[in-house]
Amino acid sequence: MAVTRHPTRRDVVRGAAVVAAAALARPSLAQGAPRIAVIGGGFGGAVCARALRRLDAKLQVTLIEPNKTFTACPFSNEVIAGLRELSAQQFTYDKVAADGITVVAQAAAKIDAQARTITLSDGTTLSYDRLVLAPGIDMRFDALPGYDEAAAERMPHAWKAGAQTLLLRRQLEAMDDGGLVVIAVPAAPLRCPPAPYERASLIAHYLKATKPKSKILVLDAKDNYSQQKLFERAWADLYPGMIERIALSQGGRVTSVDSATNEIITDFGNYTAAVANVIPPQRAGRIAEIAGAADHTGWCPIDPVSFASKLVPNIHVIGDAAIAGGIPKSASAAAAQGRACAAAIVNALAGKAPETPRLDGACYNTVAPGYAFSLKGIYQPREDQYAEAEVTTSPVDAPREVREREADQALDWFRAITGDAFG
Amino acid sequence: MPSALINVPAKAKRGSVIEIKTLMSHIMETGYRHTASGDVVPRDIITSFTCRFNGTEIFRADLYPAIAANPFITFFTTVTESGKFEFEWIGDKGFSETAQASITVE
Repeated sequence: MAVTRHPTRRDVVRGAAVVAAAALARPSLAQGAPRIAVIGGGFGGAVCARALRRLDAKLQVTLIEPNKTFTACPFSNEVIAGLRELSAQQFTYDKVAADGITVVAQAAAKIDAQARTITLSDGTTLSYDRLVLAPGIDMRFDALPGYDEAAAERMPHAWKAGAQTLLLRRQLEAMDDGGLVVIAVPAAPLRCPPAPYERASLIAHYLKATKPKSKILVLDAKDNYSQQKLFERAWADLYPGMIERIALSQGGRVTSVDSATNEIITDFGNYTAAVANVIPPQRAGRIAEIAGAADHTGWCPIDPVSFASKLVPNIHVIGDAAIAGGIPKSASAAAAQGRACAAAIVNALAGKAPETPRLDGACYNTVAPGYAFSLKGIYQPREDQYAEAEVTTSPVDAPREVREREADQALDWFRAITGDAFG
Repeated sequence: MPSALINVPAKAKRGSVIEIKTLMSHIMETGYRHTASGDVVPRDIITSFTCRFNGTEIFRADLYPAIAANPFITFFTTVTESGKFEFEWIGDKGFSETAQASITVE
């Protein structure tokens, strides 16, 4: 559906502001190419940095990321289930650097939005004309009583891929047959909304083969979730009687945990887990708050057309950290936002009005080897926020060949997106 | 799945403050919505919640259409003796549910 939007007074004002910014920026431009800093080398940040260089090879692009190896979250549930090695999730920044991007293996410690400088963890400072924040998420270790960083070593969240992923896998491997695995799911918004249910499925796959008397209990602070009918069908078909879910309105919200006893407490019950996977509430990566780009929700409000922060000038926010309306926090959305943000920045530097983005997002869920389904969406700004323009979900009634084909497509998708970001 | 969920501590010290939690599964249809064909969706809400302890009312709440589905009501009370809490939800279309829980005061 094509929608023609007449320019509003606000667009005109915004256009004027861009022109004014371009005029102000000119003295510094005369001294050299515009300097764009990108903080965070995940799917959003890496794709954005590369897109900036591709759109304008004169730009000086710096990617600031403390980890020398990136560990991808999509498909990390398969690592937990023993179906994949963590090394298959890991990528370096060599190809990113080969694109002419300066990769700085440091954490950003401070941002001065007025002076447009970043202080790195080693104390050096770096100036920028535009800054893109792609910091992903941080766990809120103050939000769930009993769940702090120390507790996460006993009750892994495994919501950032890496050591936590392997910890959860080792705990499952060490568990006796007949054990209870509890997965605690927070209320929205969270990174990758359907992933807790994909994880429950793949853990069930592992347990069915190795420890068939075991059970999985999902304690959920939500009533409904993405692709719910598809998951429920898959659980009934593949893992009958193995997965129980207690939804919010059945008392499923976790109110506290005790890592000493592996107890998980809801408003109406106490559960002692053999393995406790506690996914706590989340917020934008800490640097977003330091930059002043996060609001009281812990996430970053943005202009949906330019990804410009609504709180600080010359800073754009993309990926999981951004408040992006109907777009799920996913790798695919972050990459799409990275591309669109790069285009918006290049346009703004050229004094051109931004184009309205149309973002593609794909979200595959693999519930067993050779059994996957998906949600594919197209998202566009409506009013002041992203909304779904089109969403396609796999049919609930479909032959196994369809699920098998989608499992292959999921792998193709992973190869493509990691290629865009790191290949 | 029972429609009522109750959380009352099994034991408490005399005179201490305890928290009671309740959740009743209910659609809480406001009566302000219309179907695609324009008909009003009739109101269907819980209108009252009562808690009695050993026969005496200790807590009551009146509910209105603005209350969300599956009302979660939690409150505090002081316990002076062992006994039985009785909970009652009453609403539109003859809705009526009860639940009970005992406490031992030490």
